Amino acid sequence: MRNGLLIDYEFCSGCQSCEIACKQEHGFGVGKWGIRVLDEGPWEIDEKTMNWNKIPTPTSLCDLCADRQAKGKLPTCVHHCLAGVMRFGPIDELIVEMDKKPNQVLFVPGPYTCK
Amino acid sequence: MVLFKGQGTADLGKPWRYEEDGLTVTRGCAWSPPGCHPTGCGIKVYTNKEGQLVKIEGDENHPITNGRLCVRCLTIRDYVYHPDRIRYPMKRAREDRGKNRWERITWDEAYDIIVEKCNEAKEKWGADSILVIGGTGREGGPMLPAYAHSALGTPNDCYTQSGYSCYIPRVAGTTYVLGATYPEMDYAGAYELRYDEPTWQLPALIVYWGKIPTASNGDGLFGHAAIDMMRRGSKLMCIDPRVTWSCTRADWHLQLRPGTDAALGMAMLNVIISEELYDKDFVDRWTYGFEQLAERVGTMSVEQAAEICDLDPDDIREAARAYATLKPAQIAWGLAIDQKRNGMQAGHCILALEAITGNIDVPGGQLIGDVNDGLELGFGWNNLGPELQSKIVGIREYPAYVALVLAAQCDMVLDLLEEGDYFHVMMIEDTNLLAGTCAAQPHRWHDAFANVDFCFGVDVWLTPTIQSCCEVFLPLSTTVEHDTVVYSHYGASPIMAGAVNKCLEVGEGKGDCEIMYDLGCRLMPINYARFKDYYDFLEFYRLGYSQTFEEIRDEVVHQKIETLGYKKYETGHLRMDGKPGFNTPTGRIELYSTMFQQFGEDPLPYYIEPNYSPLNTPELMEQYPFVLTTGARTYCYFHSEGKQIPYLREMNPDPLIEINPEDALKYGIADGQWVKVNSPHGSGPFDGAIVLKAKVSQIVKPGVVHAQHGFWFPEKDSEEPVLYDVWRSNINDLIPHFMVGKLGFGADFKCMICSVEPINENYDTDMQEIWDRFGKLVIE
Repeated sequence: MRNGLLIDYEFCSGCQSCEIACKQEHGFGVGKWGIRVLDEGPWEIDEKTMNWNKIPTPTSLCDLCADRQAKGKLPTCVHHCLAGVMRFGPIDELIVEMDKKPNQVLFVPGPYTCK
Repeated sequence: MVLFKGQGTADLGKPWRYEEDGLTVTRGCAWSPPGCHPTGCGIKVYTNKEGQLVKIEGDENHPITNGRLCVRCLTIRDYVYHPDRIRYPMKRAREDRGKNRWERITWDEAYDIIVEKCNEAKEKWGADSILVIGGTGREGGPMLPAYAHSALGTPNDCYTQSGYSCYIPRVAGTTYVLGATYPEMDYAGAYELRYDEPTWQLPALIVYWGKIPTASNGDGLFGHAAIDMMRRGSKLMCIDPRVTWSCTRADWHLQLRPGTDAALGMAMLNVIISEELYDKDFVDRWTYGFEQLAERVGTMSVEQAAEICDLDPDDIREAARAYATLKPAQIAWGLAIDQKRNGMQAGHCILALEAITGNIDVPGGQLIGDVNDGLELGFGWNNLGPELQSKIVGIREYPAYVALVLAAQCDMVLDLLEEGDYFHVMMIEDTNLLAGTCAAQPHRWHDAFANVDFCFGVDVWLTPTIQSCCEVFLPLSTTVEHDTVVYSHYGASPIMAGAVNKCLEVGEGKGDCEIMYDLGCRLMPINYARFKDYYDFLEFYRLGYSQTFEEIRDEVVHQKIETLGYKKYETGHLRMDGKPGFNTPTGRIELYSTMFQQFGEDPLPYYIEPNYSPLNTPELMEQYPFVLTTGARTYCYFHSEGKQIPYLREMNPDPLIEINPEDALKYGIADGQWVKVNSPHGSGPFDGAIVLKAKVSQIVKPGVVHAQHGFWFPEKDSEEPVLYDVWRSNINDLIPHFMVGKLGFGADFKCMICSVEPINENYDTDMQEIWDRFGKLVIE
């Protein structure tokens, strides 16, 4: 079973702790990220409603913190997420969580299959 | 609902120090530096056998932060080993101010110079000729009066932000009206079971009023607790001129014109009172002056407030009804309330809202500290004696300000500095006031410092402020390099105290508590000779001798359940005399404030326009067509701190001004284009203007712009006149000096007017330059 990252973007506040924790863990310099918070908004849906979602998105550099996993630790983005909206685990478990509420996204990072 | 909280569990139950994979792990709570408020987030500090910092992680054992950590602590290693960090005491000659002619000295020599200069000033001009200016948040922030009174022996300490426009106007208002310090939103912080504690109640409604707690963690509130509670079902209301991310998750967002909060507050009170939605029993038993309040807010109709605030009247009514009927409700009211000349009255309205709806001192409402649980107030003040006490600047003109916080009125201090021959020695502790942070008209402060004979500074960095004026530099240690204690809300709130544990040493930095202790032992033995060592002092000053440092170090976090109680107005825990009631002259929450009246202020809330606004200065709006608000919090910076940390700078490389797309189109401004910004008080380098980078976004309404604060550019030349380009984008050069409220509190930092004009020049930060300069850490 593959592992994934389940993210409840309804409550992601966009703090970017995941980005910086990841950079620290992997030693990425500026201009490189293992995960990035996509900033989708704000834009007006109607006079009273704005669309704004912040969605942490793993990049091609994400290895789900293999070194940490080997020590029984969670990926550092999950561990440090201020809003606590990230969950790591086998995708069958995450899909069960995913069914409990809307506005979640499941990422399954890994090497590209086309290369 | 599943909560993905307390994510890490691998190290649950570990002691304060343990070994893992050949590394020593020390658990502790973070305070400062790097700058932050006393939230005391849990950290695990990994050090190797050589005593070097290998990494920092969040501590899952911490009952409030549960392993979570923000970017400012996640980059502590970059901060600790930064190549620009000052690691040793230094001195330079007076004629070398502004120049890089620093020379390394020992702590003893540094202290000897300071002691000699202070004693000379005391002899020649009196101790009140010594001025201590301090900043916010960092551990040294709340120590400002103690540094002055207890350690240097001067009555004159000063937080330099015009009108003390940060927290203290709120605290003054609550002290006079409520008889307690700022009543924090209750997020079950003292309970072991936290949100599952049965005596606690989940708030039905959380209100952010002029505050972004998730980014600011203001005063020690762990802001993401609000998200925890929302995920458990709390509703959110936001009162903010900007659309923050939180506003998009709120059921009610009142996007008011900046600076009109008091009008909104009065109208909400009007609705709640006229529709009889208030808690009659609480009002009868525990408030004073309800009838007068009702009469006063009756003068502010919802329609009138809607006109003033630029809101829909129905939205105001609906918000007022929601706040009055959803129970319990809690309001987190922020800095925006302090940053207006009649912010006190807005604060008064908010307190009245909390009081008449019965939300004060109830579970899930607003927390008040036990009267016996305060710390360190007034340390050293009594030993100054009546003559020196009478020389604190502003005591006659602004007693409601000066006598309450025991700090000199800051606008008067700038006037005296400019006159010259008043202050002869100055200490700059933990403040970078020139960098668009806590001073209006920083150019004027900068120029006035030339009138002071001797200045010394305490910091981690050679800031533009210290570079411009100091003769001696004292290096601060960071939060992982010293032993001290952090407590939420500066000790006034029954939430937690935590051990800040020393894990390593870099250079010769010392913590603020130790520097104050050292200076006090040398200059004011009357206050310090009784302590046998630093730890004895720390246990007095930070723990009130309730615990030893070793005890709290073992505990790491001490949740203050023993001082937590609700409805303490019934049990006598709010008054020193032990009688039921509130700690005010009438023993009740004074909706009609007898203290305000005594100080010559209106005892009831009222609304006045900002000094400059479309309604107050319509004749200026052609030249300055925008309402300017400033200083919203970001995750990456603590005011001027963090600009030299590459990962943080990358998050927000340039100082932004947010402008609505309609306005951008009208004025020919593209997203990402640099613009010149000016105000009627502009004293910036571009004919009075400054330059900022436009962010075209619906975050702000048409007609309103928001500018970031706290920018300097550590990669630029540090010497005068460049001074790290501190003037280029300095928004506070647009804010007027000494246009404050009647009691000396509050200035319009968040409600000015300005012009915005596109320019062709590009000042974009080169991130590669930042990385090349600051990315290579210096690890000894």
